[in-house]
Amino acid sequence: MLEADLVNRTLAAAMRTGADFAEIFAEDRRSASAILDDGRVEEVVSGRDRGAGIRVVAGDTTGFAHTADLSAAGLAAAADAAAAAARRGGGGTQTVAVSALEPPRSLQVRIPPEEVPKDRKVALLTAADAAARSAGGAITQVSARYGDGRRRILVADSDGLFTSDDQVRTLFSVSCVATGDTGMQTGRESAGRTAGFELFDLYDVEEMARRAAQRALTKLTARPAPSGEMPVVVGPGGGGVLFHEACGHGLEADLVAKSASVFAGRIGETVAAPMVTLIDDGTMAGEWGHYGIDDEGKPAARNVLIADGVLTDYMWDRLRARKEGRASSGNGRRQSYQHLPMVRMTNTYIDNGDAEPDDIVADTSHGVYVAQLGGGQVNTATGDFVFGMTEAYLIENGRITAPIREGNLIGNGPDVLTRIDALGNDFAMGSPGTCGKDGQGVPVGDGTPTLRVTALTVGGTAA
Amino acid sequence: MSKSLLDIAERVVGWAGDGVDVEAFVARDHETEIRAYGGEVESLTVASSMGIGVRIVRDGRQGFAYAAALDDETLRETFDEALDNSRFGSVDEFAGVAEPDGVEPASLDLYRSELVDFGTEEKVALALELERATVAADPRVTGVESADYADTTYEAAVATSRGVAASARETGCYLVAYSLASDNDETQTGFGFSVGRHPGELSAEMAGADAADRATRLLGAAKAPTRRLTVVLDPYVTARLLGIVGATLSGDAVLKGRSLFADRMEEAVGASSLTLVDDATDPDAFTASAIDAEGLATRRVPLISDGVLQAFLYDTYTARRAGVSSTGSAVRGGFKGTPGVGAQALRLTPGTRTQAEIVSDIDDGLLVQGVTGLHSGVNAVSGDFSVGAEGLRIRDGETAEPIREVTIASTIQRLLMDVTEVGSDLEWLPMSAAGVTLAIADVTMSGS
Repeated sequence: MLEADLVNRTLAAAMRTGADFAEIFAEDRRSASAILDDGRVEEVVSGRDRGAGIRVVAGDTTGFAHTADLSAAGLAAAADAAAAAARRGGGGTQTVAVSALEPPRSLQVRIPPEEVPKDRKVALLTAADAAARSAGGAITQVSARYGDGRRRILVADSDGLFTSDDQVRTLFSVSCVATGDTGMQTGRESAGRTAGFELFDLYDVEEMARRAAQRALTKLTARPAPSGEMPVVVGPGGGGVLFHEACGHGLEADLVAKSASVFAGRIGETVAAPMVTLIDDGTMAGEWGHYGIDDEGKPAARNVLIADGVLTDYMWDRLRARKEGRASSGNGRRQSYQHLPMVRMTNTYIDNGDAEPDDIVADTSHGVYVAQLGGGQVNTATGDFVFGMTEAYLIENGRITAPIREGNLIGNGPDVLTRIDALGNDFAMGSPGTCGKDGQGVPVGDGTPTLRVTALTVGGTAA
Repeated sequence: MSKSLLDIAERVVGWAGDGVDVEAFVARDHETEIRAYGGEVESLTVASSMGIGVRIVRDGRQGFAYAAALDDETLRETFDEALDNSRFGSVDEFAGVAEPDGVEPASLDLYRSELVDFGTEEKVALALELERATVAADPRVTGVESADYADTTYEAAVATSRGVAASARETGCYLVAYSLASDNDETQTGFGFSVGRHPGELSAEMAGADAADRATRLLGAAKAPTRRLTVVLDPYVTARLLGIVGATLSGDAVLKGRSLFADRMEEAVGASSLTLVDDATDPDAFTASAIDAEGLATRRVPLISDGVLQAFLYDTYTARRAGVSSTGSAVRGGFKGTPGVGAQALRLTPGTRTQAEIVSDIDDGLLVQGVTGLHSGVNAVSGDFSVGAEGLRIRDGETAEPIREVTIASTIQRLLMDVTEVGSDLEWLPMSAAGVTLAIADVTMSGS
């Protein structure tokens, strides 16, 4: 994307006012999508977005500028702007020489999406539409979306780093509306991987459509969700969102450093039930939160955050790690070249326990079973978090019974981690997600086996 | 500057051949963002970005492409890509681009040269002052999670092969702080902000005091037992609720069978105290704009009057399909997206009493200061509504102990019907709705 000589000159310009560190992040992103709604292929879209962000650190101040102009002049202007922004920090001068270019590593993509004809992508949408509508006359509306993106990045910095990555992601989702005497209900299903069009060797879009339709149909008979504290069993895959919110964000070193996390200062302490081992792993090939290098050029890594209930480490980006005199954990990510990197999760999961999932339900006299979750939100300073249930049932006398309507559950991270009393042996990854933090969205994955929390507050309206 | 963007848009539109309709949307912005922390600048971002989105309709089929650059080669590639994409869309007799409808855009002056002339050092000083003001507002405030100054200078132009040629420019800036307040081992957070068209309209003092107040009033908060009660929504919370209501009133949701209110025209859908309009021509609205995302004039749309449903929102496509006129309600998320229907500046007609006066009549209630999980626990199609909440308990007409880790739940339909009073404290917020205190009876608070 950029020649080493141009990179050297740009970094030198960025360092000219005596900064401690300078970095170029260049990105070339192509994306394609197609949307079907109301029985019609409404839009087929292609996009191109290319540019570079230049970061200059002087003392505790970071200057940042980005440009869509990758010419020598465009980069020089951005380097000047970033250097000027950071200049309040320091003195002295430094020269820059990036080391020899490492061979760019690329992820295994079997079928590059840009080589797949557009009509094949559109055909997936019409197949999903037909399959969903065949699930029954109560299915009154269907929408489906196909999307692929290829993101080539280059990272070079004044420490001599010069590296690159080529990230391809493909996503498919289908949403249905079912209409009955009680009004309308919705059902959704999605699949996404850091992979090419071979996604569809693993996922049958018609099967996905039927599941989404069934989910909406089932909810037509749903009763209002209960309200108050009760045991909650979360099905395989879904619980990842719970951990992402209950403690994942609170283990991001930037929030910890500002004392904006309930987990600050708790390394080495028991923070969860002894059966809980929480891992964040950017190396899981093909998973939605996978990459070769993070957006600061650090290779993705597998990081154990909680081991047998004991907090072992936080997640780190370059800036926070440098302050602590340690290495980044490969969690420095950004939405695009227009954004500063910060600490982000990748694929966050809990390993298998040894319980049979059926036994966990059978051992629960009453409560709620959450089969599909719909995202969440956390206040890391207090630990309070919510997550939504988009498919859930009552548990009565150890059996999964009536479907219940949608709503949020609320809990406090440190409390909930200690209230996990059962982990199944049926580990699965959850749906592909977009994690939002400080206005930036990045793709993340998560996974869990079936698990039980002894008490969580279910936010319904029924007694 | 705006003229040149319109030139670009019209040039691309000029490439349309026979039987091809084109819409070109071109936007450019310049932004500065400064984050203060510990008395220093933590980060300072200066950046410009620009791009084009081209929408093509040929033989009733639609295609779209975008690019984040405006050089000649990119424009041509983007046009060709949109044209190619149009081969794969379904035929839709109502598909098309906007044409002039004779409605004159409101005369709005949303651009302030004061912002452009404001120096970076002065902006840095405002960010630092915000952090100082937040920490100084209360001894229990131990610091900030963030204290930001941000501004943007934005211009956009849209042209179509049917004769639309419109452009607009605006400036905007804000201060926002997230405070951390501690007492014993407990920490609470709160935000405060100040918005304006230029920095002279900002108050670091006020934003800092709000951030401190929101955090400190929650110190000592605990979970409460589950019960039904009256909730009083802070203006900021009301504005977020209105955003969801607006989505249910879009012509797109109505036509595609996703609106709760599709068959309710001229029926009572809310309490008689509810009058809701969408009006981007209101110059006080943070999201004011004289033109919509398709280049048509925005206009005042009375959606609900005295509780009775009066109108839905339409863009060009949904209006054609419904056999009505566009309400100038096309919105888009920048040049990378196709236009869709959406509310732009929702506003409830305010009542006559202050929040304190409303609270004074409530024996058993919850003053809701913040909500979470609007994206995960609210379904605008089914109407299910369940969100995390924090705030102050109301007992015998006065605010009492702070509450956290509870949810409040009802349905969108019932929330509107159960409104008992609208406050007098209308204020425009940095979102597409104005805030105002709203009292709603019979909501379930779910807790311990």
